[in-house]
Order: sequence, then C-alpha cells, then structure tokens
Amino acid sequence: MSKKTILAKFTDPDECLHAAEALVKGGVKIREVYSPFPIHGIDPVLGLSKTRISTAAFFYGGAGLSLALLMMWYMNVQDWPMDIGGKPSFSLATNLPAFIPVAFEITVLIAAHGMIGTYFFRTRLAPGIQPMNPEPRSTNDLFVMEIVLQDNPKQEATALKDQLLELGAMECTDDELRYED
Amino acid sequence: MQIESPIRQPLILGNKSYAQITDEIVRPIEGRANKMWYLVFTIAALCALWGLGLIAYTFGTGIGVWGLNKTVGWAWDITNFVWWVGIGHAGTLISAILLLFRQKWRMAINRSAEAMTIFAVICAAMFPGIHVGRVWVVYWFFPVPNQFGSLWVNFNSPLLWDLFAISTYFSVSLGFWYVGLIPDFATVRDRQIIPFMKRIYKIVSFGWSGTTKSWQRFEEVSLVLAGLSTPLVLSVHTIVSFDFATSVIPGWHTTIFPPYFVAGAIFSGFAMVATLLIIMRKVLNLEEYITVNHLESMNKIIVVTGSIVGVAYITELVIAWYSGVQYEHYAFLNRATGPYAWAYWIMMSCNVISPQLFWFKGIRRSLVGTFLLSIVVNIGMWFERFVIIVTSLHRDYLPSSWTMFYPTWVDVGIFVGTLGIFFTLFLLFARTFPVIAIAETKSILKSSGDGWKRKTKEKYARIGEEAEAH
Repeated sequence: MSKKTILAKFTDPDECLHAAEALVKGGVKIREVYSPFPIHGIDPVLGLSKTRISTAAFFYGGAGLSLALLMMWYMNVQDWPMDIGGKPSFSLATNLPAFIPVAFEITVLIAAHGMIGTYFFRTRLAPGIQPMNPEPRSTNDLFVMEIVLQDNPKQEATALKDQLLELGAMECTDDELRYED
Repeated sequence: MQIESPIRQPLILGNKSYAQITDEIVRPIEGRANKMWYLVFTIAALCALWGLGLIAYTFGTGIGVWGLNKTVGWAWDITNFVWWVGIGHAGTLISAILLLFRQKWRMAINRSAEAMTIFAVICAAMFPGIHVGRVWVVYWFFPVPNQFGSLWVNFNSPLLWDLFAISTYFSVSLGFWYVGLIPDFATVRDRQIIPFMKRIYKIVSFGWSGTTKSWQRFEEVSLVLAGLSTPLVLSVHTIVSFDFATSVIPGWHTTIFPPYFVAGAIFSGFAMVATLLIIMRKVLNLEEYITVNHLESMNKIIVVTGSIVGVAYITELVIAWYSGVQYEHYAFLNRATGPYAWAYWIMMSCNVISPQLFWFKGIRRSLVGTFLLSIVVNIGMWFERFVIIVTSLHRDYLPSSWTMFYPTWVDVGIFVGTLGIFFTLFLLFARTFPVIAIAETKSILKSSGDGWKRKTKEKYARIGEEAEAH
C-alpha cells in the first residue's frame, strides 16, 4: 500500500531547521529530511538519538588489540620461539615492547574497518542499492522534508502545505513513500 | 549557523550558490578532456608501462640488474619507498589532523590530498615487494604457515612492523577516503542524464540518499576515523624510521629518527600537494575554491616542518660529535665532506635553506614561487633519504670493502615508472572523481563563502549604525 507524502523543499539549511523546529512544536511528525550536507542540530528535532557507532569502534579496537597480542604470542612465543641475534622469545611480557607496533597497527586496522563496515551495514550502503531520496536535487541544493500524511492523521494536507510555505519552503509537492520501514 | 569573523579571509571566492558549487566541481567529470590532458596522460602512462616493464625485467633476471653491491645492499629501492610513503603523509595530515583541529581550509584540498596519499602509498608499497628478489615467495612477509612447517614471521623485526604499518595505513586511508566520497558520488549520480554514467555513479555511490541519520553517522565515522588516522600516520613514518634507527649502523642508530622522519614526511607531502594543486586548480578552473590563501597556509606548514627538519640535521651532527664514538664521527664527516658531499649539500640547501624563503609573504603567496619551491623541496627530500641510506652504508667498518653506489638504468627506470604510475592514477582521478569534497565545501559556504561573508559584514555594519543612531 502506498503512503501519501508531502515533500517540502527548502533552499536554505537554517530555514529548513527552523521550519522543522516549528512543525515539531506544533505536533507534526516529520519522517525524514534529505540534505546535500549535514544540517547541524536537526537530529534531536527529528527525535534521533546520538549514534553509537563510536562505541562500536572502541570494542572493535579492543578486539583488534587482543587478537594481535594473541597472534604474536602464539606464533613467536608458544608455537615456534626463535632466538634471533641473542634475543630469545621467552614470554609475552618480556617481548611486549617489540610487539607494541604491530599490536597498535592491528588495533587501528580492526577498529577502522569494523566501524566502516558497521556504518555501511546500518546505513544500508552497498554497491547497487537503490537510493531512496525522492528528489534528485536533494543531493545538490535542496533540503527536502518528507512528511507522511498517515503519520499525521490530525493534520489537513492543504493547511500543512500552507504552513510549510509560510515557514520558508520553496515549494511543496505530493509524493508517495518509496520505501517501507 | 556558525558565524565566522569577517576579518578572516573567505575560503570560497565569488558569490556562489550551492548549485553553482556542484556545477563547478562536477564539470570536469562531465566534460571532455582537452588535448593537454591526453598528452600528459599518454606521457605518464608510457612512463608507467616502462617502469612495469623494468620491474618484469628485474623479476626475470634478478636484483643484479640494479646498482646494488655487497656493501650497499639497499639504495634506490628503499630511498624511493621512504620518499613515496613520506609524500603520502600530507594527505592524511590534511584530512585527519586538520579535521581534529577544525581547520576549514582543509575542505578544498583534502579530497585530492587523500587521493595523492593513496597513489603515493601504492608506489611506495611496490618497492618492498620487488626488492625481495624472489617475488614468488613474497607471501612469506605475511604471518602464514609456510611449507617448512609452522615457522612464523618474526614480530620482533622492524621490517615486519613496517609491513603491518604500510598495509594498515593504505587500507584505512582508502576506507576513510571512500567514506567521504560516497555522498559526493551521489551528487554526481543525481544529475546524470546519460544512462551509462548514471549507472556507474549509482554503483559507486552505494545507494546514498542523504537522510538525517546517515549524515549523523557519517559525521561520527569521519571524526572517529580522523582520530584513528592521526596516531596511525605518525606511527607509520615512525616505524619506517625504525627500519634504520633500530639497526647498529653509524648514521642510522639515532633516537631522533621518528620525529625527524615524521616532520620530513609532512614537509615533502605538503610540497607535493602544492605541486599538484597549483596545476589542478588552473586546469580544472577551481581557483575560487583552492585559493592563494589555501596555498599560503600550506606554505606555512612547509616552513615549519622544513625548519624542524633543519634542526634535526644539526642535532644529528651535534649528537654524533658528542657521542665520542669514532665511527659516528666518521659517518657524519663522510656525509658532509666525503664522495657524496654533493648529495648532502643538495639536501641541506633544498630542505633547510630554500623553504626559509617562505618567511616572505610575497613568495608565500606567489604561485610561481610556491610551485618552484615545492619541486625543490621534493628533490631535497629524495636526497635526504638517499644521503641517510647510501652514505651510511658505502663506507662500512672494513675499508677494503668501501665502495660507491651507482644506479643502473633499471634503477632510474623503475623510479620514473612509479612517477608515471602516480601521475596516471592522479590524472584519471581528476577526470572521474569530484576532486573537491562537495558536501563539505557546501557546509562552510554560509560561514566562509565570500558572498555570505559580505552579507554578514553589511548586517553587522547596519546594526552598528543603528546602535550609534540611538
């Protein structure tokens, strides 16, 4: 079933932000805002919580560090200890100074790629995925606010459009939701 | 909206709109290349092919085709390796460290500087790969069990640290670069009319739609990646310097190598960025985005890092004298006055003396001056590595084995080849990628764009007048 939406197009990020604040204050539920660059401060207005992706990165880094130390301990201390240049590998603790560089590199490697992977997965980014921005100019110079009528049963479509135009929207068009959540 | 002091120079010249920024940055991708591009591309590609051919020749015949001998077992290959890795460092510095310091002028140059990083690291990584001689067992670098049973790589060795540092650096830089490219590819995608172009940019833009949540995550990911890349870039050249510093060769065995190498890397990297951008801004008509102010900022970094390098050279000499070790004494005396003194003085004059010209504002803001000095710096930094590596080796503890290193045509050819690979990749990048971060540039238009700044200034002047009238 298709859902009717209103697309309000703004030409200025600050106008878009102020309009969103005014609408939310008036009880309107905004489904999404598509913008060519981040509009700072709009996420709490839309009810989005802070992203936890950096916490994930911390744990990836921890996993990377443990993995690196485990690998070096197993290979150079446990499985086949070598004595090169009179510097034998006795234990992880005594070899730790020499293991720091690789441990650091693998920590960064796993933290960075783990975070990028999580970001791609959560944001649904992969080659071949259909973009869902309803207005192609939203990646160029328009800030597009998407309001689903079903989300706002109390609002009347024409009144809402008038309000949006008053708040600075360049134009309002009717559309249908292109994705299901 | 952020308001910036009107005294600060605008970062985007001209009274631009958001659509105009898109148009002007995407235009080179959609338009046709001119004859000049084809000419330069052909030359670069031929050099690249020549270099690849000589690498094949090296594989087929052996490392004997290089000018190495039993005293100087390491020369051009490792010099080129360190030179290329160093060049790469400026890209990460611009995109990561300047992001953490919230330097907005990075936004016009970070995309191309990061591209330069990636291409330079590709060129660098080739040298350790080809210098092993028996390239068919190059996988022994990696911690894989081999046919001798479970004999593993030695994690106490700086050369192995280097492998991990370079691989991590390359892959993390690539990831960081690509994360930033996705929204810009989407911008290119959404304005294509030709189906083929649309399809290509649809694939590479990964289905980006610019929702609020994705921008929120994007900014967080960029910030954390910058935080990870900053110690990473410092660690990479530190580890490269460990290749020398942890050995016991006089002239290499110095504790100041890590900071000295990192400063030198940033120094040469910024010089290469300046060389490339001065040409690119002209050819692609991006003078209003990459302004003289941007170049001036980079020149300031060049003069700072160049001076750090100069201090390091002098510290080395003083510490060699102070060590009281006759071998140390001789290593540095030989550097400055021996048969390779010409290389030492090229290094000294190009790296320490010439960048001091940037103290003059006129030279700092002159395109010709910046361009010439950036090339001088790159020559100087190549010689720095050559001096450190070859002059420390060619006269060892046994005077009967003292010798000179002479590069063969294969040595020179492979180096020219890597220059060809670098410029081929960069020219392709300039034709197919948005060379300036479009989204980031738009985000500073209202605070740092010329037109907006003038409006803000007028507004404040009006407020001032009204206040006076009261």
